[in-house]
Amino acid sequence: MEADITLVVDGERRSLTVDTRTSLLDALRDHLGVTSPKKGCDHGQCGACTVLLDGRRATTCLTFAVAQDGAEVITAVGLVTDGELHPVQEAFCENDAFQCGFCTPGQVCSVVGMLDELRAGHPSHVTADLTAEIGTDPAIEDDEIRERMSGNLCRCGAYGNILAAVRQVTSS
Amino acid sequence: MRPFDYRRAGDVDEAIALMGTSPTARYLGGGTNLVDHMRLGLETPDLLVDVSRLPLADIEDLPDGGLRIGAAVRNSDLAADRRVRERYPALSRALLAGASGQLRNLATTGGNLLQRTRCPYFQDVTTPCNKREPGSGCSAIEGHSRNHAILGASDACVAVHPSDMAVGLLALDAVVRVHGPGGERTITIDDLHRLPGEHPERDTVLEPGELITAVDLPPTPFARRSTYRKVRERASFAFALVSVAAAVDLHEGRIADVRIACGGIAHKPWRARRAEEMLVSEVPDEALFERAARAELDEARALRDNGFKIPLLRHTMVATLRDLTLETS
Ligand SMILES: Cc1cc2nc3c(=O)[nH]c(=O)nc-3n(C[C@H](O)[C@H](O)[C@H](O)COP(=O)(O)OP(=O)(O)OC[C@H]3O[C@@H](n4cnc5c(N)ncnc54)[C@H](O)[C@@H]3O)c2cc1C
Ligand code: SF4
Ligand code: FES
Ligand code: FES
Repeated sequence: MEADITLVVDGERRSLTVDTRTSLLDALRDHLGVTSPKKGCDHGQCGACTVLLDGRRATTCLTFAVAQDGAEVITAVGLVTDGELHPVQEAFCENDAFQCGFCTPGQVCSVVGMLDELRAGHPSHVTADLTAEIGTDPAIEDDEIRERMSGNLCRCGAYGNILAAVRQVTSS
Repeated sequence: MRPFDYRRAGDVDEAIALMGTSPTARYLGGGTNLVDHMRLGLETPDLLVDVSRLPLADIEDLPDGGLRIGAAVRNSDLAADRRVRERYPALSRALLAGASGQLRNLATTGGNLLQRTRCPYFQDVTTPCNKREPGSGCSAIEGHSRNHAILGASDACVAVHPSDMAVGLLALDAVVRVHGPGGERTITIDDLHRLPGEHPERDTVLEPGELITAVDLPPTPFARRSTYRKVRERASFAFALVSVAAAVDLHEGRIADVRIACGGIAHKPWRARRAEEMLVSEVPDEALFERAARAELDEARALRDNGFKIPLLRHTMVATLRDLTLETS
């Protein structure tokens, strides 16, 4: 069955007709040609398809496009403004935080969403004191970064440099 | 995937009415379990009723001092809520131990409770499985059973319930509010999920078409002293091998009251009542915790691959109780 939907993708309003079975990821990639989110596993397990969905990081492979009718999607490409890389993208380049690059758009979106969660004071699994104020300390510990980024796998194992890139952003 | 119709429900009544229009209709929350199951061919609904945008996304204070968590509240928002972090830390900790940041932003309270087992045979439509296809047999009993049950299993099914959140809620005595064609009812979290018995195809006591609208937490002042400990194959982003949620009321050096719930070991989140009884009014000490854990595990039975879970759960229960009583005992 088909449905007419509208998505605002990287700032542009896009109307499309999709089969209800189409995932948001397939709608972006195959219908709209927005190929920056990648399909690694299609089961929520790798994070390569991560975008900012209505401002929050989310996987796009386990949600139907029709269920996101009206949503705002920002992909890694949409983080670039007027040709300027986002500070997180900048840090990934400066720290060599990738090898093949397949996981990178998902990693970058995930870092941006993760930093917003920190600013909003969200704790994580490794936060020792749940009642403490979170997000005000710029020198977030490495174990916090690792835990908060555990939904993004990297088959090239660029984790060390991804960590360094995130550390650069949080300490600047 | 079988073609299906998609409808966004505007309110609870509309959701229930839409659900009544087709026997294979399913409610859709964040989709992180259901979409996967549709892709794997385990679920073939002809209608999805989206309940993720119902006005059930608030966490409200109840007059008695408890909290009401709407069914559409996202796992990430529930874990981060100040009141939950302060008054019910076991729940925040359980949620934060599950899935990943980007999945918790999608997953809902209702959907989390009703997520289905991660038994690999259940997820593989080419293998026999009584839960997926009643009467076809259980592939796990004599197969790969590392992640399976040690308590409460039956000859029909040895699967475990995968939710971390539900284990936290069980230690907090949560009550699930449900609306259905026949009206509204409440179910204690302990009664929501079933043991498999002869009918492993039924995970819960919910009737067809029933919608979870909220989960209520009673005002348990000592739940401020509660936590969740999860043991898994890697440090993050993996389901539990075993887990323990506990809350302890310490009074004048003794355990005045205690709640213990275990995950990863049974078809439902497992309330350790036998252990609780042994602890009440005693002075906390490690040998006592050990005896209580052993008593709870008295009837535990291992399958071919999961014998390690018996000592692992025992140690985890002792460690959790130690964490909660250490500073003051
Ligand atoms: C890679 C991966 C790792 C994960 N790791 C963990 C983990 O470590 N720990 C853990 O606990 N979980 C884990 N999960 C599972 C995750 O927590 C669940 O998928 C999620 O909580 C389900 O919520 P949802 O809203 O997306 O549910 P859906 O997928 O939308 O729905 C699940 C079920 O609930 C029904 N439903 C939904 N809402 C309602 C309602 N209000 N009333 C009645 N029925 C309803 C649906 O019909 C469906 O049957 C993981 C998932 C993935 C994909
Ligand atoms: S343990 Fe349960 S879910 Fe797994 S194969 Fe056996 S019947 Fe199916
Ligand atoms: S493709 Fe979505 S998480 Fe792997
Ligand atoms: S850079 Fe290759 S998968 Fe991460």
